[in-house]
Amino acid sequence: MTDTPTDHIRNFSIIAHIDHGKSTLADRLIQATGGLTAREMTEQVLDSMELEKERGITIKAQTVRLTYLARNGESYELNLMDTPGHVDFAYEVSRSLAACEGSLLVVDVTQGVEAQTLANVYQAIEANHEIVPILNKIDLPAAEPERVRQQIEDVIGLDTSDAVMISAKTGLNIEGVLEALVNRLPAPKGDANAPLKALLVDSWYDQYLGVVILVRVKDGRLRKAQRIRMMSTGAVHTVEQVGVFTPKMLPVDDLGPGEIGFITAAIKTVADCKVGDTLTDDRTPATEPLPGFKPSIPVVWCGLYPVDADDFEKLRESLGKLRLNDASFHYDPETSAALGFGFRCGFLGLLHLEIIQERLSREFDLDLIATAPSVVYRVHRTNGIVEELHNPADMPDPSLIDHIEEPWIKATIMVPDDYLGSVLTLTNERRGQQSDLTYVGNRAMAVYRLPLNEVVFDFYDRLKSVSRGYASFDYHMDGYAESDLVKISILVNQDPVDALSFIAHRAQAEKRGRSICEKLKDLIPKQLFKIAIQAAIGGRVIARETIGALSKDVTAKCYGGDISRKRKLLEKQKEGKKRMRQFGKVEIPQTAFLAALKMDA
Amino acid sequence: MEPLALYIHWPFCLAKCPYCDFNSHVRAPVDQARFAAALRTELAWEAARLGRRRLVSIFFGGGTPGLMEPATVAALIADAIRLFDPVADLEITLEANPTSVEAGRLAGFRAAGVNRLSLGVQALDDAALAALGRRHSAAQAIAALEAARALFPRLSFDLITARPGQTVPDWRAELRRALALAADHLSLYQLTIEPGTGFAALHRKGQLVLPDDDTAAALYDATGEEAARAGLFAYEVSNYARPGAESRHNLQYWRYGDYAGIGPGAHGRLTLGGTLRATCRQRAPEAWAGLVERHGHGSTEETPVTAPERAREALLMGLRLSEGIDAARFASRTGIALDDALDPGTLARAVEEGYLVRDAVRLRATPEGRKRLDALLAALAR
Repeated sequence: MTDTPTDHIRNFSIIAHIDHGKSTLADRLIQATGGLTAREMTEQVLDSMELEKERGITIKAQTVRLTYLARNGESYELNLMDTPGHVDFAYEVSRSLAACEGSLLVVDVTQGVEAQTLANVYQAIEANHEIVPILNKIDLPAAEPERVRQQIEDVIGLDTSDAVMISAKTGLNIEGVLEALVNRLPAPKGDANAPLKALLVDSWYDQYLGVVILVRVKDGRLRKAQRIRMMSTGAVHTVEQVGVFTPKMLPVDDLGPGEIGFITAAIKTVADCKVGDTLTDDRTPATEPLPGFKPSIPVVWCGLYPVDADDFEKLRESLGKLRLNDASFHYDPETSAALGFGFRCGFLGLLHLEIIQERLSREFDLDLIATAPSVVYRVHRTNGIVEELHNPADMPDPSLIDHIEEPWIKATIMVPDDYLGSVLTLTNERRGQQSDLTYVGNRAMAVYRLPLNEVVFDFYDRLKSVSRGYASFDYHMDGYAESDLVKISILVNQDPVDALSFIAHRAQAEKRGRSICEKLKDLIPKQLFKIAIQAAIGGRVIARETIGALSKDVTAKCYGGDISRKRKLLEKQKEGKKRMRQFGKVEIPQTAFLAALKMDA
Repeated sequence: MEPLALYIHWPFCLAKCPYCDFNSHVRAPVDQARFAAALRTELAWEAARLGRRRLVSIFFGGGTPGLMEPATVAALIADAIRLFDPVADLEITLEANPTSVEAGRLAGFRAAGVNRLSLGVQALDDAALAALGRRHSAAQAIAALEAARALFPRLSFDLITARPGQTVPDWRAELRRALALAADHLSLYQLTIEPGTGFAALHRKGQLVLPDDDTAAALYDATGEEAARAGLFAYEVSNYARPGAESRHNLQYWRYGDYAGIGPGAHGRLTLGGTLRATCRQRAPEAWAGLVERHGHGSTEETPVTAPERAREALLMGLRLSEGIDAARFASRTGIALDDALDPGTLARAVEEGYLVRDAVRLRATPEGRKRLDALLAALAR
């Protein structure tokens, strides 16, 4: 299996917008090359996490080796690197692309090119990939292959004369895709006799195997029992297993130049495996490491607190377990006046945040309160000190602040002409600055600069809603800029609830404050006393709402036989209250925290 | 020594009502002789350890004590009077339903010494009575009330309000008719879905929809207004009386006094050897009778009530009364000063909101406070 000569290896990834058929195509390729029997095939083999299957997205990069007997009679080793499709995981896309020589660009001919496709295809071009356009869903009545061909040429500048026309769903012309891989993608280059250089593409924790490392060998050979060295840290490990994914894990003797596979080496945690690092032989090391990647940086932060304060340790353990597998998220203990002990957690984006929260509740059975997500602000104090602010509650007194900078993004939005007006209204509401607006057929492509904090809460949901689902969106970070920002405090019965405070542009502070007070009014159930909800900037109240007292709550019959039972009920209620988060004697349901901050039009 | 109230439980009914979660059982026929004997045995056992306490009240509850033989009632009253030290105006109450079986026994109960009758009327509307699973008509109820008025010095009856679909005008009209029939006391209960009842199952399936809280509150306010107009005042959350006609037996519970409970499933609070004990009896009637026959009593568990528990019990009962709680009595009964039993923040807020009134002598819940007493207690009790 490892005897495959380098010129019979092809490494590729698939670039596609969500729902354009990437996973279905991957499944067909596995089936067509016999990687799995029909019985073993379940829909979308590569999305192995339950959440990935549910949301139809790929979160972690996956890889699979296909063995293909080509029309020329020769056998080829095709290595597919599946890549995440969501903008939050753009970083993982870039490292997957770095492990390949070519990409399949899959476009749904009933839809056309979307913003995410564009962002990823540009990354592939930057990585010097050979790109093969694949026109999918040509069997559907709404298919417009000619229009989409033109669009690919106009927008991306790719020659589409050799585009492969397929239907991944029906399996039509899958062989055409396999032949294109063999004939059009370059073989990897590498020297089997040079010192080992292997790129650490990804790593994860497997409960039976420990840390599994996904590698791409550039030069040399990687074999069992070899002593390898991580070039960035100098740490040395002995390789225990070498293998490939078919997609089942299959042990092999070694991996040669151009090959993609996995190793295990008794490594304790994923944190010891720096993605982008170079592995080399400890005895005959390479002199220069491969060019690595920039580390991923969390851009969205929020506090996570257990609903039941007794669950704090369980939360710590669970976060530790998740981090074993996902080094891109960060957590540090913090305390909140309102919520007690919890963790400040950093994420790659809002989807990443939601996924981690969902996994904590599903896989670890934790009830959590999430505070308002915040971006990382740069606070320039009057004394010249600059600090990064992850938590609105930590904002210094305005008199100590010289100015504040906030992170901006460059966003690409593609939308049918009919919805452009509403999309532009939305981006303007969110303080967007237009940098480009072009048309491709009846689709507009708007390029905007937007403050990240305007996008973090619900921009994607709103965009989908104003465009009836037709707009697509992608972004990358685009530096920091000074802005007139204020902290808005939310007070419940005059007590500030630190977990609900947030930072907004001064021009929008009042509107946001009002909207949150109105939301909280609906989200907080009536209680014994009426509840005053206020939004304030400093000492100035900018919005208020009142929740009336509950109207009737008393046991109708209570006599001698009921006393013990009623007393026990009362004691149980008190015990429950002790564990509930109270704010100025008000119980705020945990759902209120995140829901309150989602902004409606 | 704490004066005593005596509760006697008769666990049998003609049929189980779908809203009721009391300890009631249907048996045909009921072994009257066996249960009469067992009740008398258990009463004697209880009296033996209590001594000749001052007795302020006897209450026959159920189940349906209206289905007891009047001779059994007479024997139990005679026993109690002999075994304890009854006050001159001893209140003796018996609960009955306006069924034909029971109507024939009313004179017998009066002759046995019962001086206060409590009738389970529940509604004055035949459709509502059928929906509540009652085995009598409105006309029968009215006839029974008239007969009872002629026989008994004191008379109370029950109605259920906040029934499905009930509006404030409907209820006012029904209540006015009831008040015209009333003597000196009424119990007016909001319909409550109790777990394990027939209504609970219907409610779960969405086949029984209760009025919302705002409607329930409006019905409750209307109840208070109508009753007061007829001279009956809300002395407790669900009980209305002419001044002086309050149920002394039930006041004993709400004032957290001593009471002995005999019969299947009966509970008691008894000061024995300087300690307040919670007593309870075997619930299943035949098993209870068996225990009594073997041991002289059907007690299954007796536990001392701790000071914090006493404080919570005294609070949750006492705040149901419009008179509220006497701070001195609270401290001597529970061993905890009233203010130490309360969350000071909630107390201040509730006083400010008009739910509670605290003066040098008493703490009481206002009508607005009593309307929200469960939520108030959860925040107030320490």
